[in-house]
Order: sequence, then structure tokens, then C-alpha cells
Amino acid sequence: MMTAATAHITVRNLTMAYGDFLIQRDLNFTIDRGDIFIIMGGSGCGKSTLMRHLVGLKAPRTGQVLYGGQSYWESDAAQQRRLKRCFGVMYQSGALWSAMTLTENIALPLEQYTDLTAQQIRRVASLKLALVGLRGFEDFYPAEISGGMQKRAGIARAMALDPEILFFDEPSAGLDPVSAKNLDDLILELRESLGTTMVIVTHELASIFAIGNNSVFLDPETKTMITTGNPHTLLKECANPKVRAFLTRGAA
Amino acid sequence: MEQAKLMVFPQQDSLLFQLSGSWMLQTGVPGADESLRQLRSGTAIRRVAFDASEMRGWDSGLLTWLLALADYCNTHAIDIDSSGLPDGVVRLLALACAVPPREGAQRSVRKKSLISDIGNDTLDAARITGEFMRFFGESVLSLLNLLRGRAVYRRSDLWLIIQDAGVRALPIVSLVSFLVGLILAFVGAIQLQNFGAGIYVADLVGIAMTREMAAIMTGIIMAGRTGAAYAAELGSMSVNEEIDALQTCGFSAMEFLVLPRMLALMLMMPLLAVYADLMGILGGAVVAVAILDLTWLEYFIQVTKAVSLADFSVGIFMSMVFGIIVAVIGCLNGIKCGRNSQAVGMATTSAVVSAIVMIVIASAVLTVIFDVLGI
Repeated sequence: MMTAATAHITVRNLTMAYGDFLIQRDLNFTIDRGDIFIIMGGSGCGKSTLMRHLVGLKAPRTGQVLYGGQSYWESDAAQQRRLKRCFGVMYQSGALWSAMTLTENIALPLEQYTDLTAQQIRRVASLKLALVGLRGFEDFYPAEISGGMQKRAGIARAMALDPEILFFDEPSAGLDPVSAKNLDDLILELRESLGTTMVIVTHELASIFAIGNNSVFLDPETKTMITTGNPHTLLKECANPKVRAFLTRGAA
Repeated sequence: MEQAKLMVFPQQDSLLFQLSGSWMLQTGVPGADESLRQLRSGTAIRRVAFDASEMRGWDSGLLTWLLALADYCNTHAIDIDSSGLPDGVVRLLALACAVPPREGAQRSVRKKSLISDIGNDTLDAARITGEFMRFFGESVLSLLNLLRGRAVYRRSDLWLIIQDAGVRALPIVSLVSFLVGLILAFVGAIQLQNFGAGIYVADLVGIAMTREMAAIMTGIIMAGRTGAAYAAELGSMSVNEEIDALQTCGFSAMEFLVLPRMLALMLMMPLLAVYADLMGILGGAVVAVAILDLTWLEYFIQVTKAVSLADFSVGIFMSMVFGIIVAVIGCLNGIKCGRNSQAVGMATTSAVVSAIVMIVIASAVLTVIFDVLGI
């Protein structure tokens, strides 16, 4: 289904800051279509902030975020909405709307963006829940299911509109190793079957090597990126001690 | 984009679905019900197969249709031959069917009758009254602990809460009580002028403000302003498990969270009420001077003659009671809040509504008691 790699997201000279507080500067990297792109780095280096910039929640201080050549922050509101429709985001703790059942959570974006009938929407919601292994939990409220299930339901909601790009904020944090592995498999499977571009914020080494084929490494001390590329290649070739320490759990 | 099309070819004991066009949610896909009906009507169908060679594109639209079909086939022992479908579709379908629906997880919604609703509400009312009494009792015990110097709470928190419930409330208390005094005087002035007794506007405003109105108005303002804030704050703390965290660290939520808030309102409400007395009387003076041609001095001398220390004390006492009501009800609703964002909203609403109701009831009861006692 996928042809030769074409750039899907391009980040150019991005500088992120909260007020006067600089988070990261001069970020430059490219995410290709169908990539599983890992944003990694030590705690507090701005991984989640970078994701907030990529999904259009926070405007960059300087620099650009391009989607297929179109700059998000230089587009007008209608174009931004169209671009946003191509994103699905899974937040760290699921961020399901707690006053709605799982079906209603998934149905909301569908009601907003498609012309489907109520019954079709329910079917789509059931399908998405089935894909993440939550069949039969359609009418449960988020508070009634476990944390791992909430994460998976969060993924189901992120996938509601068949997005071209899925963002995950720490998908495997707080999951047991088997669930984390299943989640990785799910991400791989979705990429294979639907050709979705995946952007994942994580510092789970097992996940990084199991699924990632491209990455960026952020450094909290120098406040910029150290390197970008396939994690396996980085492990073999990158000479930077910080990256090596990270990728080998401090062994090298 | 080409519309999704579906053709069905019955063969001896099987059905062949021929899919063409683009099966996307955006452009719409055929409903699954029609296909299911064909499956049901065909006798002794043992197998379904697909031909997707003419299909131009697919997404969840195709998968929802397939999943409905697959569910039917799985429960009716019909084989699915998915070889004619694209690889990605086959794998996603397998993924969707990998985990069987959890038995007993489906919910059935029971209809409730009016009678059972009334019954449940009555039981709830009894339970809530019990909860309130217990909570109130606990807060009194924590007050006693405080007097013994054993209560554990953060002094700095207390000061912040006092500041918020005191000084920060002054603007709205000023505005409301000034206008209430003005309205009272205005209504009174029109009547009293008929009897040439305009000077008694001072008595009317002075006594009404100090005995009742100042306390009730500040009570209601604080219920909406501070009681709601307590319920929302404690409610989101309980959603975030912060209250559990306090308890596992060995702090009593009662002493740590409720006590400072109750203390703050108990101390600040009387002060606010005194301030509201002054503002109300001032509001009355404006009317007296503007409409009744009284001088400022005449008005204030008349007020000091009319208002006794007893009137003043009654108002102060009431405002302290209202402070306790607002704090306890606000905190109770916050702490008992459910574990989702909607529950926080419900807790806040309930805190404001029940605090206002309780204030009005308490003021009625207290007024009767004071009347009987002749105060």
C-alpha cells in the first residue's frame, strides 16, 4: 500500500517556550508517511510539549510545522480544522470524557465530522472498540474500566475518524509488560493495515526498539535535539554519550 | 469518489459479495442490515466469500460492514472465506474478532417508574441528611481538636483561605448590600412619605439591615462565591485522588481541608456582615438625602437611636451560623463528589442550592426563636 517514503510532517527550526522559559530550540526533523516516529529524551526535556506543538495545541515561538508541505500555524482557521481532522491523539491517561460512555466518546468526533446515521456511528464505535479488544464495553463509563482499558479506549477514540496521523503520549506508561507488548503489536498492525503515520512519545526502551523506525532525541540540558534517525542505527552508530546512555539504560 | 457498490451472487450453498467503488465512511457504505437479511433468507448457506478486485479504497466503513457480517457468520456456523479481501482488511478483521465480546458486560437499561423514582429520592434524602449530620459532627470534633491544639493543618493555607473569603469578597458584598439598603429605603420612603414619617426610613433600613438582610445577603453571596469554590476545589481533588493521598499520608481530610475553610468563614462572615450593615445603611442614606430631603446627620442620628446592640448581635450571630452552613455544605459536596468531571459540576450546583436553602430555613427558624425569646 505504501510507496516510497514521502515527507508527512516536517519540523523546521522549531523553538518552543512557555513565556520566558525556553523548552527546546532549533528542532529540525522529518517524519515520513507510514513512519513510526519516536520522540524520546530524558524526563522534563519537552517531549509532551513537542507533541502539543505537533497536534496544534500550542503555537511555536519560532519555526514551522509542515503537514505535507502545508504550514499549520500559517494556515487559516478552516485549513487548520481540515488538517486537524487528519490527526488522532491519544493522551497520557486516556483523557476520555468522563461523563460519556465509551461509545459516546468515540461517536462525538464522528457526529461532528461525518454524515453517518446514529446506527452507523454506533457500529463504527463498536468496531473501533473491537480493534482495541474492548468488545462489549460499549456502554461503560471510563471510570468503570481499568487504567489499561482506558488507554486502549483512548486509542479507539483517537482512531475514530481514520486519521492519517496518530499521536500517542506515553502509550505504555503504567501498563504491565504483556499489555505494553500487545499495545505495541496493535500500533504495528494499524500501521501495516491502514498505513497510518504514528508519532509516539515514550521512554520505554523495549517499545522504542520493537516498533520505532525513526526518532528524535531531545536533550534537556542543551535544550535542543541531539540527533534524529532510526533507533537501531542510533544504537549502533551514534557516538553521543547521552544518546548511548539512554538507549543502553546507562550501560555504555 | 466512486460510490461504494455491493452485488450479491448466490451460489449453491454460499454467497459471494462483490464489492466495488470506494468503501469509505466519508462517501457512505451500504448498510449491513440489508446484507444480513440476504444471509438469513438464503437457506443453508455454509460459506460467504468476497470479491474486492473492483474496490478502489477502504477504511472503517468497510470494516464496520464486515464486522457485522462476521458476527452473524460466527454465531451461525457460516465459514468466512476472506481470501478475496485486501491483506490489511483481513488482518484488522482478525484483530477485531480476536477478543470475544465480554460476557455479561452488555448493559441493559431498565425503565424506572415514577413511584420507584419517588421512593429512591426519599431514600436518598434520608441518606443525605444522615451524611450531613455525620459530616457536621465530624467537623465539630475537628474544631474541638483545634481548640486542644491537636488539629493538623497548614497555617499558610488558612491565611490564604481567610484572605479569599474575606478581603476578596468585599467588592461584591459592597455592591449588593449598598443596593439592598438603597432598595429598602426606596420602597419604605414612598410609603412613609404618605404619613409624613419619612425620617423612619432610617429605622427601617437600620433594623432590617443589621438584624436580617446583611447576614442573609452575605450568606447567599458567599454560598455562590466561596461555597461553590470549595465544592469545586475539593471535588476535583477527590477526582484526582488527592484526598486519598492526604489520607494515606496520615492527614485527616476533615482537619486538613474542611477545618480551615470552616474557620475562615466563621471568622470572616461576621466581619463581612458588619461591613454589609454599614454599606446598606449608607445606601439608605443616599435615598433619604436625595428623595426625603433629610440631612446626612439627621439620618445617622436616627439610625443610631433605632438600632440596638441586640439587633446588631442577632445579625452577627446569624452570619456566623450561615458561614458554618456554607463551609460545611460546600466541603461536604466536594468530598463526597463522584470520580468524574460531570460529578464536580453536580457537586458545585448542589453545594450552592442546598446552602441557599439552608440559609433561608435557618434564618426563618432563628428569627422565630429570637422573637419567642424577645430579643
